[in-house]
Amino acid sequence: MTKLSFRALMGGAALAVTLGGNAFATECIAPADAGGGWDFTCRQIGKLLYDLKLVDQPVQVTNMAGAGGGVAYTHVVTDRNEDADLIVAASSATTTRLAQNAYAGMTADQVRFVGAIGGDPGVIVVAKDSPFQTLGDLVEAIKADPTSVTFAGGSAAGGFDHLKPLMVLKSAGFTDFAKVKYIGLDGGAEAITQTIGGFTQAMTGDMSEIAGFIKSGDVRALAVLTADPVPGFEDIPTAKSQGFDVEVVNWRGLYVPRGISDDEFNAWAEKLQAVADSAEWKQIMADNGLAPFTKVGADFQGWIDGVVIDTTQLSKDIGVIQ
Amino acid sequence: MEILSNLAMGFGVALTPFTLFLAVVGCFLGTIIGALPGLGPSNGVAILIPLAFSLGLDATQALVLLTSVYYGTMYGGRISSILLNIPGDEPAMMTTLDGYPMAKQGRAGDALVISGVASFVGAFIATIGLVIIGPLLARIAYKFGPAEYFALYLLAFMTLGGVASKNQAKAAFAACLGLGIAMIGMDNSTGMPRFTGGNLHLMDGVDFLVAIVGLFAIAEVFFFIESHGKNSAIGVKLGKVTIPWADLKATTGTMLRGTGIGFVAGVLPGAGASLGSFMAYMAEKSFIGSKGNFGKGDPRGVAAPEAGNNAAAGGAMIPMLTLGVPGSGTTAVMLALLMTLNITPGPLLFAEQPEIVWGLIASLFIANIVLLVMNVPLVKLFVKVLMVPPWVLMPLVTMVSFVGIYSLTGSYFDLLLMVGFGVLGYFLRKLDVPTVPVILGILLGIQMEDNLRRAMVISDGDWPFLFSSPISIGLWIAAIPGFVAPIFLRSVLKTPVGGRPVHGPGEERRQCRPACWCHRAFWALGFDRNALARGVALRPTSSPSTADRRTAGRFRWGRGSRNIPAPRPARNGAT
Repeated sequence: MTKLSFRALMGGAALAVTLGGNAFATECIAPADAGGGWDFTCRQIGKLLYDLKLVDQPVQVTNMAGAGGGVAYTHVVTDRNEDADLIVAASSATTTRLAQNAYAGMTADQVRFVGAIGGDPGVIVVAKDSPFQTLGDLVEAIKADPTSVTFAGGSAAGGFDHLKPLMVLKSAGFTDFAKVKYIGLDGGAEAITQTIGGFTQAMTGDMSEIAGFIKSGDVRALAVLTADPVPGFEDIPTAKSQGFDVEVVNWRGLYVPRGISDDEFNAWAEKLQAVADSAEWKQIMADNGLAPFTKVGADFQGWIDGVVIDTTQLSKDIGVIQ
Repeated sequence: MEILSNLAMGFGVALTPFTLFLAVVGCFLGTIIGALPGLGPSNGVAILIPLAFSLGLDATQALVLLTSVYYGTMYGGRISSILLNIPGDEPAMMTTLDGYPMAKQGRAGDALVISGVASFVGAFIATIGLVIIGPLLARIAYKFGPAEYFALYLLAFMTLGGVASKNQAKAAFAACLGLGIAMIGMDNSTGMPRFTGGNLHLMDGVDFLVAIVGLFAIAEVFFFIESHGKNSAIGVKLGKVTIPWADLKATTGTMLRGTGIGFVAGVLPGAGASLGSFMAYMAEKSFIGSKGNFGKGDPRGVAAPEAGNNAAAGGAMIPMLTLGVPGSGTTAVMLALLMTLNITPGPLLFAEQPEIVWGLIASLFIANIVLLVMNVPLVKLFVKVLMVPPWVLMPLVTMVSFVGIYSLTGSYFDLLLMVGFGVLGYFLRKLDVPTVPVILGILLGIQMEDNLRRAMVISDGDWPFLFSSPISIGLWIAAIPGFVAPIFLRSVLKTPVGGRPVHGPGEERRQCRPACWCHRAFWALGFDRNALARGVALRPTSSPSTADRRTAGRFRWGRGSRNIPAPRPARNGAT
């Protein structure tokens, strides 16, 4: 706790909160620096929890960056396993890394996943002058010659952006994943510039990082990887409508320590559900390009287990893990 | 004329008494943060983000405050580079090379004024560039693919040997050390961790800010402890600061060239201010050639990197605003801030939220004017901060370094790593190995490798792909002489490439007789006959010059006493 308090002191702003309310205030750990998706999750959900009077003190957000969430995960598992006042922001990246054993031996069953209350839809885009008109064109081209298309994305090889096109290809019966070319850049915007520049043929990422470029016409979206068209982008066809049974959403949600009681877990699930149902959250989702994606409680844990198994298999197929 | 009306709108937004007040406060804080070793623009901006929120500032006000701090740190970094030989922030690293020697010669005031004016020229012209060709220039990012970036970083790397004050082989060793450190962390191209030893904290690699603070600030503290505070670097006196008009006039061209190079480096995503100042310095050094006095207190060696890094700071705004791609570490933090303010930088920002963009640009102009005033006529105010007695300053440097790194990474592990780098820096300097190439190795190594491997993925391992565009061919052509030329030029020029001193300070320049060319070649390869003959391995093997002048005579290993003559002059006489 000393470390956390010290950190907040450095931040300058949370001074009063730290000194005044450590005993009972809920803490939300964002396992990344300020400004990223996890930070967003903590700040927005934390604010709504307090605004909706679900917690009695403002939620304190702690940024604990490192190892793509691994530092925070280890911290929660080893030091905070029974802390019922702790919530941690999570997303698809969390489960992807857990599935790939990238958290130094930590496994997905060492925490409890409370729920996801929104999702950043996966999108596949090409440059505006690309010969590919549909997702089918792109998939056929890769099937004919896997070396003819390079994907760019904002995550390292094996990361969630890399897995997106592979899941599409898998649904089309193409499984020679190691042949599919992918380059990982520092964030979606950089990946888009590479695609607009013609250095890669397609780019995969989340809707929130691509939306501006789609609106400006620099890139053309071939498909969104959601069940239904994304509000505000109804003219982009879903992968499903083009015959690819695949749904890839970068969900935004929370996990809590393993060691808390079932009652405490259920209480968090109810609070999260209340946030998801609020009008304020719907507005926040609309403002930030998130699509509805709500799975809370025990259902969510079951879904996560399935996702981890699938991701592990896919990662083995592309050789990221043995 | 649309630009002018937009700019007028921007000033309308930014020119209220309260925002002006914020600009002055931001510039002041920024200059101090920049001047304090260990705190740089990234943590300056990062620390102030929560402050901006808790003060309840609106978007424009928050941006004014933070851009003032950002530009302020870029100005302030040079102060401790010049006075203490510790870069106040990472882009000011190159300024130590000539700034500190100038200060030792009693020209600290001149160096501060020249670098202050250079900072202004760089930043001001870059801001104009941002206004006029910003959105257009953003398209440059589309022309740079992996092959082009690789060639760019290679070009930077090729010129790296010239940074070394004397011994190329040791510079190469230092650069390799940096490259090795850059390999630590997750490999972007396979998703595998490398050299992390299973330690999660090393998964993201070694932050070069940790390395720079360790190698410079912490190592300096070790030297201070060793010398019991005597004979310390902090002995530089600053007399009356007058404006050296002649020097300013003589460095006008340098400033403009530095600005141009820095601006382009800033515009390219991923290059950033550190590369900008480095390229500006190296380009100026080769432009001036053997006539220069670089590394020994040449005013141009202060003007070029300062114009370069401030121009890069302005240039880096372009990809951040128009593409949402941060051009440097600091703009990455600012990008995060914009997102939190619900402003999404990207191709639509200029069209959708013009008052934000133009308000920001106007505040950049305001910040620059305020900073020029603070950093030239009022510079003594900031110098006072660094002119406290060493026994106060050194603990302060230590504290600020720890706090600065912790506030940025939030990891105690990085603090240990920083101290580790401090120890490394101490030994490297004992061995007379320059530390600047280590930093550049870390900085460039990651980018170079990632881009090479991306190029290989795209081209299916086809090497000629690296030379397949006009831009990459141009960069290769520029890079090759940088690597080959020193080998040939060394035997042609009287003064070795880059004007490295062959003689001790204050010594008459001697003609090198033919017999000594052979010796010089050995020297270049890292062999110092005298040192070898003495068999004292851990002994500085070269003449006291540039940054190490002050360490020579103080920090000797082995049996040497302080009064042993420096080896190089003896050798010159012997041959």
